[in-house]
Amino acid sequence: MNIFIQTLTRDLKIALRNPSSFLNPLLFFVIAVSLFPLAISPEAHTLSNLAPGIIWVTCMLAVLLSLNALFHYDYDNGVLEQMVISHHPLPLLLLAKILSHWLLTGLPIVLLSPLLGAALFLDRESIGVLMLTLLLATPSLSLIGAIGASLIVGIKNSGMLLSLLILPLYVPILIFASSAVSQAQFGLSISAQLYFLASILILSLMGSPFVSALALRTSLE
Amino acid sequence: MSELNVNKISCQKGYNNLFSELSFSLTSGDILKISGANGSGKTSLLKILAGLSSAECGSVSFNQNQAGSSEYQKDIFYLGHLPALSSELRCQENLSFLSHLQSDNEPDITKNTLIDMGLKGFENEYTANLSAGQKRRVVLASLLINRAPIWLLDEPFTALDNNGIGILEKQITKHSSDGGICILTTHQDCSLSNMRTLSL
Repeated sequence: MNIFIQTLTRDLKIALRNPSSFLNPLLFFVIAVSLFPLAISPEAHTLSNLAPGIIWVTCMLAVLLSLNALFHYDYDNGVLEQMVISHHPLPLLLLAKILSHWLLTGLPIVLLSPLLGAALFLDRESIGVLMLTLLLATPSLSLIGAIGASLIVGIKNSGMLLSLLILPLYVPILIFASSAVSQAQFGLSISAQLYFLASILILSLMGSPFVSALALRTSLE
Repeated sequence: MSELNVNKISCQKGYNNLFSELSFSLTSGDILKISGANGSGKTSLLKILAGLSSAECGSVSFNQNQAGSSEYQKDIFYLGHLPALSSELRCQENLSFLSHLQSDNEPDITKNTLIDMGLKGFENEYTANLSAGQKRRVVLASLLINRAPIWLLDEPFTALDNNGIGILEKQITKHSSDGGICILTTHQDCSLSNMRTLSL
């Protein structure tokens, strides 16, 4: 467990000393969402109808933007090599890296979402549901993204490949999360969507560290 | 007595057969230099011994533990071509993380560890500000605190000055006399006693 905390604090320390690495995707998220009212319509009714989709699609793209850096940096400097040959379980080390990725990308998006929700005229209850779906699903985005990132590590200019690999896996999350927020706007029940998001989270939490570890070992061979 | 056994391993890269049915065994105190021309498979052999890649066939074991198993991985220290340092971290922080990766115990890093490696005054410097040779010294400093019996060093003398080479040779000799095994690749002449050579 000690090595989990060591890896987590190391990754957070590196990110905080080089803030542009995690601020760029967040800035993209804020800027992209705030451009929609300018391009579509400033009218409250139209924007509040589109808000769940706008916020969720932008969130997904922001996470995708940040995934490239998840392993590339450690691959280039050789630390990833040392992690793979270490006697500590590789999935545990990767889980620490994924958690630090979520703390620096997913969590800030959850915290920024009320502000952006209010800017798109979402009512208070829908903002609550939006935050809940983001809180449930952004960890899955980091976990599933790690699988793609570990597959493409070592391939140069692989941004497009990552999108092709990962976006299809993100689609169910997008559908359930944005429909939860839309249904909440009409006062309908959202428990089915939340259960689905929770089950995706549990599945990816159980599988992703192991699959990523396997993919990394293959990529480094 | 500890024994590293390499049994009939083969390695192929693309259509190139680098080596086949290579066997040797090393016991406590042995130092083995792997020599060969560029592209002859020295690094590939070290990577197989480090458990980083697997051989086409054959097996590698240390005290009956197969390469890749957690017990085997605990017994090796591998230094590859890459520095294994993060430029955003200070020397001391880099060294501490590397040691945590390599050992279960809290690493016994003192201020002297880096000073012994000739890095006096650089303990709290970011590694981004160090020269290639100094970076090499930071990684090699983890040899001083490492308890792993097998050292696998890929071109360890690269970028080091004469003083650095001297310090490293002294460490390897000490490791060998303490009963450790050291396997290294180098193109430089080194004056290590009781060193065997394996040509690929």
